[in-house]
Amino acid sequence: MNTTRIDLLTKIPLLKSILKSRFFQPVLMLGTLFFFVFAILTGFFGTPAGSKNFSIIYIWIVWWAVLIIVLVPFFGRLWCTVCPIPGPGEWLQRRGIIQKRYPKLMTLRRRWPRQLKNIWLQNVAFLGMALFSAIILTRPSVTAWVLFAFLILGVVLSAIYDNRIFCRYVCPVGGFIGLYSLTATVELRVKDAQICKDHSTKDCVIGTENSYGCPWMVFPGNLERNAYCGLCTECLKTCPRDNIALNLRPFGSDLLVAKGRSLDEAYKAFIMLACALMYSVVLLGPWGWLKGWANMNSLGQWAIYAVGFLTINLLIVPGLFWLTAQAARLLARLDISPRQAFVDYAYTLVPMGLMGWIAFSFSFVFVNGSYALPVLSDPFGWGWNLLGTKDFPWTPFLPQVAAALQLITLLIGLGFSIAIAYRIGRQHAGSDALAWRGALPITAFLTGVTLLFTKLYLG
Amino acid sequence: MTDSVPKRSGLNSLFQPRAKGVLLVSLALLIIAVVAVPWPLQPSAPTTRRFTMVSRQFEFEPNTIQVNQGDTVIITLTADDVVHGFFLDGYGVKMRVEPGQSQTVQFVADKSGKFRYRCSVSCGTMHPFMLGELVVGPNTTFGRAVALIGVVAIGVTVYLWKFPLREPGESTTEVRSKK
Repeated sequence: MNTTRIDLLTKIPLLKSILKSRFFQPVLMLGTLFFFVFAILTGFFGTPAGSKNFSIIYIWIVWWAVLIIVLVPFFGRLWCTVCPIPGPGEWLQRRGIIQKRYPKLMTLRRRWPRQLKNIWLQNVAFLGMALFSAIILTRPSVTAWVLFAFLILGVVLSAIYDNRIFCRYVCPVGGFIGLYSLTATVELRVKDAQICKDHSTKDCVIGTENSYGCPWMVFPGNLERNAYCGLCTECLKTCPRDNIALNLRPFGSDLLVAKGRSLDEAYKAFIMLACALMYSVVLLGPWGWLKGWANMNSLGQWAIYAVGFLTINLLIVPGLFWLTAQAARLLARLDISPRQAFVDYAYTLVPMGLMGWIAFSFSFVFVNGSYALPVLSDPFGWGWNLLGTKDFPWTPFLPQVAAALQLITLLIGLGFSIAIAYRIGRQHAGSDALAWRGALPITAFLTGVTLLFTKLYLG
Repeated sequence: MTDSVPKRSGLNSLFQPRAKGVLLVSLALLIIAVVAVPWPLQPSAPTTRRFTMVSRQFEFEPNTIQVNQGDTVIITLTADDVVHGFFLDGYGVKMRVEPGQSQTVQFVADKSGKFRYRCSVSCGTMHPFMLGELVVGPNTTFGRAVALIGVVAIGVTVYLWKFPLREPGESTTEVRSKK
């Protein structure tokens, strides 16, 4: 019996009934789809002033804050459960929204290229968006185009390929949610892997008369990490052996699962950490000229910015970490390749990166969160006053508390990441002492990153 | 083959939990001390500091101003292009300035640390990121933060050295060699 896990479905039967209902996911997705389409409409037709437009405030402040501060660290991919983007494509594939009506999906049945069965495309997509972030985050029409493009791409890919190819291999948001959900305090797993092994028909993969095979193309019986389980709960509906559990577990459990570690995920960790730092410099720093470069004041300046941005993300941060990981490998006398040391130790950056993003988000959520009220009354910025809150003034909420929270968050990330470095070292090192020695260079790297964040926020 | 050597035996096993408690309590006390104990740094004698500041899309010039705790700060703000605002975090100081005009604000910098000033009037696309920084020295907040980072990094490292972590279900013996 696993003493560090509590099966919520056993403890809360009502939750199990809700999750087993075929209405559960589509109803939530229809709700979020309404807001998603509304955000697209306000982006296209509303005021170009970002701080007065629903799309900017509710996507980049409210949704982002809920996602990164609450959903990802505590519930992992719960956002993917309710995300509206794959909805229309999936419903077209299935030719239905709630009940299964046709045995086969309606697609062109093409095979997704083997070379792209990883998250490199998601890394590239995220970096692409990050390069234009100053534009996307501040222009409602650009935000609307991006959201609309996601929706269309989801439909197109669903028409060509079976299942959720967009979510699994393309979505730039899904990529980092997957990586950071390795830390989440919730996991979907099987209760007994042997039952799955012995179950010859594998209903959870191919589906049954009334339910579908896993849209995320995952075999729950082999599930050891949260990264690619979209928490759609389809397997819960499918499994005839009642072998699916939704566990409450300690923070960061999956970071110690060696199986599945890969270079694409390691790079995702570098990109996310570097972007959190870069955003803190560019968007929260006092340097107007840098904001101008990111804001494409001139193409030449933006090109320099882009080259610098990509160099830091793809070369400098990974390069420095490569040296750090090799120092750790030597100190701990690890009998693994330099590449494996680089990849494995990269997972120490997952808690640090997540906490870096949370700290970054505190700064604008506390300061600009009050925009949410007037925008609720006047989502298009047309002068409406639907709820009587249109004239609620911009009110920064305790910015100095935000600074304290940033520091606390970073300290938690630092302490946790150091412990993970030690525990990853133990998986390869010949003794506790060697694992401890191996963690020293990683600790120095993590401390440096924390100091950098702290200098930007408080120094 | 794994050669495991019992680490805790006899009196050692009696003292181990106590030692862990002592270390954790020491770290907690150190953290409290870093946060709460007054720093010996004394701010220099208060003076009056005047700054002429220009606001334009999407920056303030100067973008960083440094004063000492207790100084009286007088900021005269002008706008180069469109209407801008000025809001100083932590102090709640506010003003609004139209192009061609100037506004002045005065306050005593009685709190140390870094405080952002930001445009408070929607002035264009990058408005939410139009920021500057007031650093009121000695910046003990940052000093304490750096000290806390040191305490956490060294504290966790020492803890792991003295009390190696065990995975759930793993025996509490030290792994000496895996080969």
